[in-house]
Amino acid sequence: MTAEAAPAVSGTVSSEIVLEADGLTKHFPVSKPFARTKKAVRAVEGVSFQLRKASVTALVGESGSGKSTVARLLAQLYPLTSGEIRLHGANVAVRGGLTRGRKFRAYCRRVQMIFQDPFASLNPVHTIRYHLTRALTIHGNRGDDLESSLADLLTRVHLTPAERYLDRYPHELSGGQRQRVAIARALAASPEVLLADEPVSMLDVSIRLGVLNLLRDLKERLHLSILYITHDIASARYFADETIVMYAGQIVEGGDSETVTQRPAHPYTQLLIESAPDPDRPAVEDKDGGFGEPPSLIEPPPGCRFHPRCPHALDVCRTDVPPRFELGDGHFAACWLYGDHGDHGNHGEREAS
Amino acid sequence: MKERILDVRGLNVGYGLGDDAVRAVRDVDLTLHKGEVLGLAGESGSGKSTLAYGMTRLLPPPGVVTGGEVLYHLEDGSSVDLLRLPDADLRRLRWSEIAIVFQGAINSLNPVQRISTQLVDVLKAHSPRTPHRLRQDRARELLTLVGIATDRLHSYPHQLSGGMRQRVMIAMALALQPRVVIMDEPTTALDVVVQRQILRTLVDLRERLGFSVVFITHDLSLLVEFSDRIAIMYAGRVVEEAQSADLYRTPLHPYSDGLLRSFPALKGPRRDLAGIPGSPPDLRTMPTGCAFHPRCPRALDVCDSQTPALGQSRQNRSVACWLHPVAVP
Repeated sequence: MTAEAAPAVSGTVSSEIVLEADGLTKHFPVSKPFARTKKAVRAVEGVSFQLRKASVTALVGESGSGKSTVARLLAQLYPLTSGEIRLHGANVAVRGGLTRGRKFRAYCRRVQMIFQDPFASLNPVHTIRYHLTRALTIHGNRGDDLESSLADLLTRVHLTPAERYLDRYPHELSGGQRQRVAIARALAASPEVLLADEPVSMLDVSIRLGVLNLLRDLKERLHLSILYITHDIASARYFADETIVMYAGQIVEGGDSETVTQRPAHPYTQLLIESAPDPDRPAVEDKDGGFGEPPSLIEPPPGCRFHPRCPHALDVCRTDVPPRFELGDGHFAACWLYGDHGDHGNHGEREAS
Repeated sequence: MKERILDVRGLNVGYGLGDDAVRAVRDVDLTLHKGEVLGLAGESGSGKSTLAYGMTRLLPPPGVVTGGEVLYHLEDGSSVDLLRLPDADLRRLRWSEIAIVFQGAINSLNPVQRISTQLVDVLKAHSPRTPHRLRQDRARELLTLVGIATDRLHSYPHQLSGGMRQRVMIAMALALQPRVVIMDEPTTALDVVVQRQILRTLVDLRERLGFSVVFITHDLSLLVEFSDRIAIMYAGRVVEEAQSADLYRTPLHPYSDGLLRSFPALKGPRRDLAGIPGSPPDLRTMPTGCAFHPRCPRALDVCDSQTPALGQSRQNRSVACWLHPVAVP
């Protein structure tokens, strides 16, 4: 009925890279004043990926894996510890604290962020009209006719007729409508990149897909590149062209969404997929490997950060950080099982399963 | 027929009194059998938590139970109505017969007390005469039961991870070997991997100890996998109740169907999903007739004027929908 053939990962993924993260690293200091040893939470370590034009990239991970920190680093809400952010090839990292001035404003005109909680990201004492007018004014997109610009924005996010919503306050709207207003506000800057930090996880199950379908529609019509941050790997498969999996601040696997979810290479991705609720599976089916919890990021384990939980851990995993190993078609995994040190028997087992 | 343990009949729960009252739970009938996991699914505002708190008389004002009865069948065969029980008797029944794991259990532990103190407190309150040593032993036993090393007994809650805190909450609920455990979104704040570990522990324990579980969540795909029977709530009413497998294979109510189609699949072909158009109704201004009809793709003429009743349609399944008229008893 509604099960039409999906426009699978669109064959026309353009190769034009819009935003590029190169070795992003963020440490949050936690040491007490006058302490001799300086400690830090190594929230994000050496994260590199690209956002392409008119394509959705999903960043999947558990809470505490650093995925939201990556979004905030890309939006330049946090200063980088090290690494580079390139927009169309030019380094755009802004220096300085809160008064970052013109360069920062020019940047956020092109890269906008949508937050998780639509109940907190809209100001309860202002109308929708105020929120959108302000965004249009700040980014110089008021146009000749403010009313028509506003109506245009709301139409884009399928809030029609616009007059019905413009003079409402956020509390008069439902969660899904509020998130649509937040998206409209981000679009007011006419950005090239949208950073969506768990845009649907606070919404009711039955309206999540509506918002995701809207974002996909916007991607296609406005050629936006979208970074979709989520903990739900099934929705990444549904919505994103590419999927990147993070664990404990590092990227462990990435590639085409369909490949990553159907033939996961990294043991962590496999664990994540096995753990996702699956109605087709009989209730108590015991699988090994589902033990342990993510490590402390103040003193992460040496070598691969997943090795204490990994059922296939080798000796090399305990000492050396695995680099990315290409698995073909842009699919890569940061896991020694796929390196020269690796036991290739394991690889074969994965293909068989 | 399985032994019944909890019977909810015509329960009505509202917030506030008089004209401004909001009816959050309307005429709900539910039955919990011995040793089963009953899943209660619905969106936020569907009344699933209100139902759980209403039937155990834990609802804080302005919540009021306005009608119905909740029959609890004791082990000796007699039954009591929880809503009309004197406070002292209810107090004895709580936790020893019916225990609750609250929503956001992570915040329900006292941050300034060790978990040993909090575990022992329960035992102390219900059997004040047992020696301290025995209680400590029992606390240790409970932690082992839920898979926590006993050397964590004297930890403070902040020293434990989210998953471990949740396990402690389950251990506390099981402390007095209750026959019914009500779990209100016990795993929503946890990651999928930890969630699966905890649910597996729970299923194990249920098989060993034989208690019944009412499992409240908004994640229907989780329920299909872990519960025996599912009741789906919409706008304060149970709209469908069925065995999990039946519900998953052939949902009868259009809302259940829409809900099941709102979860993207991880396996199988990728399809375009639409979710359900519109949003859940405001409980103050409810649509007439069936509350779901404004969002329903298959609404009939009768749907906007008459409310369908939850009735047995066929093969032990109940649904409240005009598409599946109630069989005349």
